[in-house]
Amino acid sequence: MSTISNNPFLGRLTWESLPFHEPILIATFCGVAIGGLAVLAILTKYRLWGYLWKEWFTSIDHKKIGIMYMVLGLVMFLRGFADAIMMRAQQAMSFGDNMGYLPPHHFDQVFTAHGVIMIFFAAMPFVTGFMNYVVPMQIGARDVSFPFLNNFSFWMTASGAVLVMLSLFIGEFAKVGWLAFAPLSGLEYSPDVGMDYYIWALQIAGVGTTLSGINLLVTILKMRAPGMNLMKMPVFCWASLCTNVLIIVSFPILTAVLFLLTMDRYLGTHFFTNDFGGNPMMYVNLIWIWGHPEVYILILPCFGIFSEVVATFSRKRLFGYTSMVYATVCITVLSYLVWLHHFFTMGSGASVNTFFGITTMIISIPTGVKMFNWMFTMYRGRIHFDVPMLWTLGFMVTFTVGGMTGVMLAVPPADFALHNSLFLVAHFHNVIIGGVVFGTFAGINYWFPKAFGFKLDPFWGKVSFWFWLAGYWFAFTPLYVLGLMGVTRRMSHFDDPSLQKWFLIAGFGAVLVACGIGAFLVQVFVSIRNKDKLRDVTGDPWNGRTLEWSTSSPPPAYNFAFTPVAHDIDAWWDMKQHGYTRPTSGFQPIHMPRYTAAGVVLAGISTVFGFAMIWHVWWLAAISFVALIASAIYHTFNYDRDYHIPAEDVLATENARTQQLASTHV
Amino acid sequence: MIPKKFVSPVRAWSLPLLGALLTGCSGVVLKPSGDMAAQQAHLITVAFLLMLAIIVPVIGLSLFFAWRYRASNKEATYEPEFHHSNKVEFVAWGASIVIIIILASLTWIYTHRLDPYRPLERISEGRAIPADVKPLQVQVVAMRDRWLFIYPEQGVAVVNELAAPVDRPIEFSITGTTVMNSFFIPSLAGQIYSMPGMQTKLHAVINKPGEYEGFSANYSGANFSGMRFKFHGVDEAGFEQWLGKVKAGKDGLDRNAFLSMEALKDPQRPYDEQSVVAKPVQYFGSVDKGLYDAVLRMCVDASKPCTGGHYMGATAHAAAMEAHGDGEAAAHDMHDMAGMHDMHEAESAPAAADSAK
Amino acid sequence: MSDIATTTAGAPREYFDLKGTHHPENGTLLGFWIYLMSDCLIFASLFATYGVLGRNYAGGPSGAEVFELPLVAVNTLMLLLSSITYGIAMIKMQQGSKSGVLGWLSITGLFGLVFLGLEIYEFQHLIHEGFGPDRSAFLSSFFTLVGTHGLHVTFGIVWLVTLLFQVGKLGLTAANQRRLMCLSMFWHFLDVVWIAVFTFVYLMGVL
Repeated sequence: MSTISNNPFLGRLTWESLPFHEPILIATFCGVAIGGLAVLAILTKYRLWGYLWKEWFTSIDHKKIGIMYMVLGLVMFLRGFADAIMMRAQQAMSFGDNMGYLPPHHFDQVFTAHGVIMIFFAAMPFVTGFMNYVVPMQIGARDVSFPFLNNFSFWMTASGAVLVMLSLFIGEFAKVGWLAFAPLSGLEYSPDVGMDYYIWALQIAGVGTTLSGINLLVTILKMRAPGMNLMKMPVFCWASLCTNVLIIVSFPILTAVLFLLTMDRYLGTHFFTNDFGGNPMMYVNLIWIWGHPEVYILILPCFGIFSEVVATFSRKRLFGYTSMVYATVCITVLSYLVWLHHFFTMGSGASVNTFFGITTMIISIPTGVKMFNWMFTMYRGRIHFDVPMLWTLGFMVTFTVGGMTGVMLAVPPADFALHNSLFLVAHFHNVIIGGVVFGTFAGINYWFPKAFGFKLDPFWGKVSFWFWLAGYWFAFTPLYVLGLMGVTRRMSHFDDPSLQKWFLIAGFGAVLVACGIGAFLVQVFVSIRNKDKLRDVTGDPWNGRTLEWSTSSPPPAYNFAFTPVAHDIDAWWDMKQHGYTRPTSGFQPIHMPRYTAAGVVLAGISTVFGFAMIWHVWWLAAISFVALIASAIYHTFNYDRDYHIPAEDVLATENARTQQLASTHV
Repeated sequence: MIPKKFVSPVRAWSLPLLGALLTGCSGVVLKPSGDMAAQQAHLITVAFLLMLAIIVPVIGLSLFFAWRYRASNKEATYEPEFHHSNKVEFVAWGASIVIIIILASLTWIYTHRLDPYRPLERISEGRAIPADVKPLQVQVVAMRDRWLFIYPEQGVAVVNELAAPVDRPIEFSITGTTVMNSFFIPSLAGQIYSMPGMQTKLHAVINKPGEYEGFSANYSGANFSGMRFKFHGVDEAGFEQWLGKVKAGKDGLDRNAFLSMEALKDPQRPYDEQSVVAKPVQYFGSVDKGLYDAVLRMCVDASKPCTGGHYMGATAHAAAMEAHGDGEAAAHDMHDMAGMHDMHEAESAPAAADSAK
Repeated sequence: MSDIATTTAGAPREYFDLKGTHHPENGTLLGFWIYLMSDCLIFASLFATYGVLGRNYAGGPSGAEVFELPLVAVNTLMLLLSSITYGIAMIKMQQGSKSGVLGWLSITGLFGLVFLGLEIYEFQHLIHEGFGPDRSAFLSSFFTLVGTHGLHVTFGIVWLVTLLFQVGKLGLTAANQRRLMCLSMFWHFLDVVWIAVFTFVYLMGVL
């Protein structure tokens, strides 16, 4: 057990857990406190608490949950980016006698937090948010299969994020890198609370993600509109199907390995210790068996977004639908067979390394095919360079290079020279920024009008795009160079001053990216201010091809007054081409699930439980655990889960839409 | 004509990018001084060029199509129903498959040839190993905050400095004491992890005299940035001279000296003020014969059980086996990560030097 | 598939389900089955860990030295019987017999409790001898694998008791029948996992 003294009431919590001696954290705290108080004040002044609780927090509507995921992702993305700026700054100045401004024990937390936050609390919420918002509408459904579970999943993810944020001000975060390899992450070498923050934040969020995976998979399998067989689904839905399969088959491994690490830390077991028969290599294997599918979970939905955007803005059907589907399924299956390429250097024999090297290369084949399909969608199309299309082009140029460096790293002897170097760091940022971040911005710009009823300002969107594109290249090309010069990652200090110029260029790139993010925030602000000029009245601002564009912007709670019937790929385009008639009467009452507070409550108790376990406040852990089970059981006694929207209400909503549509023809 | 708005950004970036690429080309990874590293560099270059063959057309075509089929270009054909072509599919799948088959074949060949556990077959390109040359044995211990190099045949040890004669094969036996580090001298050869209670191996040779950077390439916690050392490639005379300097070191490396190096000043505060700076070089004129084995079996501290028990005086092979628990563990050694248990060692001439007891 | 989607030649395409004939199928059973598969993967990870670390005795006892097969046999019997009684409970459910369901469910729960009790006894005995999960990697993986299964059985019993209340109060409604079917899948799944545990851990550990 930890050598820090245990108080029966407060566990490991002491006054020293608060960062009074860390000026950077005090400044951060002041900033957060002021900002937070401002937000609380505004919410109170405009009496928004009731509104937020009733309309958003307790909502089981997939559209609202999708939006909440995006907001969570954005907030955490900003935090993760702050960590990135801190790292770039430290590495740009810490040479020779200059130790920089960030002491190593702080720097080590910053790079750990950066990775954990970006992957788990920025990228995952973004892709989950997109899938939640878009998939039910694209398949012509009214919601997901398990709406309550959807709400619960969101709040469990938020709970994990809260724990990570708490670690800023109470205690500290882990100093082990984002995957927390044993034995460094074990009790002997990381006895501090930071590692426990890591474990509980990820375990709690992981429950949410796993349930979300099951939810969306069943939704896609069971709730498609009549006529929409699997090979007529939008490609984004295929991407989501494969992503959710990956979630279901990979997150349980994460749950298991974190559980085993928890046992090592709390009960003194010997899974990943150096002694008593433990084997840290087991940790590395298990965590990467999860970790590799994870990165495909992040990229596949973004591939889906690009497919939708390219087809829409090229005014042309997606090229090679069938091969796109097969390529996506290939990638899904193969992603489970490559994990060892993350540790070629751990000393497996040549045959094992060769096998995994070759499987890794094979994965690049379907990925390349997808790239060709996007290109040939543009071929002989009529391309409009709205902001989503710009992001897509940026992706096609940027991600391809990242794919190349990935295949280079897949050759084990090459990896022996480049593993854990800045070349590796550049590679994965290349594919994650080029793929996931660019895809997120493409998707945000694309679906924002659907969600909120007005477009995002195109000028500031383009500004953001160009800053990001330039920023990415300036920030990470130097890292490729540095990797080839033999520089390794996670260093807080360098002896060789000749390296500094590269880090300065990289820092400049980070500043450009900051401008890109700033431009995005300005874009949102300006768009809200100018929303009447940017209004989307038709519900179909881009002349889209899939069913979500057949609804109003924003859609009514029930999405579709009548379930649509699909006849072909790109069902909405098909409807427009064949001259459909929008029904304006004959509406039936619509069966909808009720909003509920159970998700918030259960996740809230989970947060308390996590906090108690982190700080060894055993009485609180026990009480909150019992409360958790009791609340869950209590919730199951509530059988009153749904209601009907009366036909008159549907009629009124649809009439309003009829009027709105008529006004566009003026 | 290609519109200005595409030309100027491309021009603006291509020069710095090219510049960056060229600098990368002269970095140590692509211009190393040891044969293993040189072969790896060659592989990296070949893989890069093969991949360029795919990505240059892909990026080029993407930008070209984007420009040519822009909505304002009314001259371009608009074929909204063109969404399938067997020819395109054939090229897309076929070209990728061909390139990957080439790369996969290279992978098979070179992963085996450049396997760190495999004894060297040549000094450098075109130069075989002379028959009478035995590899220089070096035992590497990645400690909590420093690198320890033991020369078992010479009976000396050094902290944070390594030397070897040019053109003589070196056989590193590597272990650690706390967490996973990675033993890496980019100019010499590829990296390989060091793991407590386990032994990995690296075979390499330095072909040019010089001073080279060595460090840990796997984050290991508080002292990671300080896990750095210099590797000197020297001629035979220079090596004898260096050995002389080390032998003259007043300190002897016995178990107590080892343990005091490992001890943390304050376990509650593993980050000391000098965390990021490499510990100064230290020479040990004598080394306890059984020290490395004790490190490998995690019982330098005599009060601790050697994991799996009790095997003093065993050979390196058996000792490595026992580091994992029972002697019976050998039978259950399921990984091909058998290199950790020194299987290759057992098949070739036993490393008597490792464990002369 | 409803026939709104098919079009006869010449007839205009129907793009909306105006008659409201399309009802998305309830996904609860599929969803729960998929959840069980994810749980299966957790167990697979634990089995894999046991496979890798299960012979690392670290100078401590091996399976042959600490496993008491007769006890384990009784335990296995308890669990197998409990699956049978749950099956009978499901038959009663088909027959619409609320009291039958409640009765057989209770017996299932009792078998489960005996199973748990014996397992706790086994664990406590081992710990008392100094062979707890912190003694060696073998014991860590043993306790974790068997203990995780036991935790699942505990949750199953809690769920079972809850259902006893719910069925008792509201009868065999559609919602309750779905819940009974889910718990049924869960219970049988735990039984299957136990067969694997019994075989790979206990039987093969003793051989």
